[in-house]
Amino acid sequence: MSETSYDIVIGLEIHVQLLTASKLFCGCSTKFGAPPNTQTCPVCTGMPGSLPVMNRRAFELGLRTALALNCQIAPFTKWDRKNYYYPDLPKGYQISQFDLPFSSEGWLEISDPKGKIEPRRIGIIRAHLEEDAGKSMHDEAAGQADSRIDLNRTGTPLLEIVSKPDMRSPAEAKAFLTELKLLLTYLEVSDCNMQEGSLRVDANVNLHIPTPDGKIATPIVEIKNMNSFRAVERALTYEAARQYEVWQETGQKIGDIPKQTRGWDDVANITRGQRHKEESSDYRYFPDPDLVPVTVTEATVADARAALGELPAALRTRLEATFGLTPYDSDVIVNQGKRGVEYFLELATHSGDGKLASNWFQQDVLRTLTEQKIEIDQFGLRPERLAGLLQKVRGKEIDTSRAREVFAAMATSQKSAAEVMAELGIVQVDESQLVELCRELLAANPKIVADIKEGRGKAAGALIGQAKKKNPNVNPGRLMEICLELAQGM
Amino acid sequence: MGLTRDEVEKVSLLARLQFTPAELERLTEQLGQIVDYVQLLAELDTTHVEPMAHPVDIANVFRPDEVRPSLPRDEVLANAPHHDQECYLVPAVLGD
Repeated sequence: MSETSYDIVIGLEIHVQLLTASKLFCGCSTKFGAPPNTQTCPVCTGMPGSLPVMNRRAFELGLRTALALNCQIAPFTKWDRKNYYYPDLPKGYQISQFDLPFSSEGWLEISDPKGKIEPRRIGIIRAHLEEDAGKSMHDEAAGQADSRIDLNRTGTPLLEIVSKPDMRSPAEAKAFLTELKLLLTYLEVSDCNMQEGSLRVDANVNLHIPTPDGKIATPIVEIKNMNSFRAVERALTYEAARQYEVWQETGQKIGDIPKQTRGWDDVANITRGQRHKEESSDYRYFPDPDLVPVTVTEATVADARAALGELPAALRTRLEATFGLTPYDSDVIVNQGKRGVEYFLELATHSGDGKLASNWFQQDVLRTLTEQKIEIDQFGLRPERLAGLLQKVRGKEIDTSRAREVFAAMATSQKSAAEVMAELGIVQVDESQLVELCRELLAANPKIVADIKEGRGKAAGALIGQAKKKNPNVNPGRLMEICLELAQGM
Repeated sequence: MGLTRDEVEKVSLLARLQFTPAELERLTEQLGQIVDYVQLLAELDTTHVEPMAHPVDIANVFRPDEVRPSLPRDEVLANAPHHDQECYLVPAVLGD
């Protein structure tokens, strides 16, 4: 079996928790981590006679996201009841959107800075608002007879984003999720914390297999319980191989069996069939009479669009066009988030060299943040001050390795590059001094001179260490140039 | 028109209600009569009538995103047949 003997067809459903202070239809807090059942009220526990009222902020955040996903915004939208009985759903229905979602028909472009996948648009079928259910916990290991229900999460606003089945590999699915998460972060609509359940992914996958009788499709499987993007990629890879095997054994095609739900087991690295909810598709949706519809004017859409700000795709293009950065570099910088990009832009502007700024930002600034476990806002060496050092590097007043020492000293003080250089005794070595030093070194190392003359220029590298001992301020690049030139004439 | 016994059985499963065969028989009859009665509406020609999403002709009722106090937990749990002072206790939910 070769890898190209079939196409993998993947669609994703993503639930994003919107960053509101209160729930979608009541004033209970959405804060994560509170003791169980301390954030509920008659509305979110489904008490008779209670009435839901829509959270304006939740609708606005949903609208903002839909626009950033290039969706059409419906001028008229309503809410429906999705009926099913489950202990974590006290009302016996979930308030969701069925036939008139507030947005539909959008797209998100995915690309790969390493060029492994072709840049292309992944279609978005719809994005709609709905409320979350509660949490049920069951500790089988402890031999517990009952399940425990915590309703704190019940009624938390979710945006459900449904993609078209446009992805053709697990890597593309991961790229889509990575780009979506970055976009959501820029939009400040969600904290996207997968551990806390703020971002949940389900995947629908099947195979298209060419056969002598034409192309056939395998039954669609929905995969759940994937707790990281990496897990999504692995689950899809596993599931594709599994479906191919099953098809070879049984020849089952789409429509032969009902849609299956499988859960990803991150430890065993496999998907497992989940118990069938026999009537799961029978949700008997109907309009929720407790909520009135929402109308959205063109002016509202225009205002929301204008407030979107510069989004990741546009930012990458700008960094590449303005500073001549590679797609890889612009991607690393954009992935640092808005504050990171602001830092870089100031560094690039003040230093006057985008590429140099990009190198220092990626290598030195980001490494320091990782080492100190801090965010860019907490980093004391602000871009204007660091730009002073970059200007000296650019003017060849200091070589890179000495500049790193200056960087380290600047990062732990409020001193300027010039001040630190003066303290460390870093001064630019005069050209005649440098020539004199080279002569001394060559005279003391006839073997190296001979090597250079025989075309082994690299041998001169051995002189750098010796030169640095005599004068730590020498610029190694210039030293090499002079040594090679002098040796040839000896 | 009416309803078939299979339809009533399916609806009772969805509603998590269990009936004896005699009850099912009676409910099929009674629910069938209700459906037939509502079916009278089908006599109206609604070809050019826009579907109504809500009986009251208002839209855009929002509240500000402000946190308000929740209920005390002991009061909330007092409504439940079983709880352990922290959570509601329900018959085991396995899988999914």
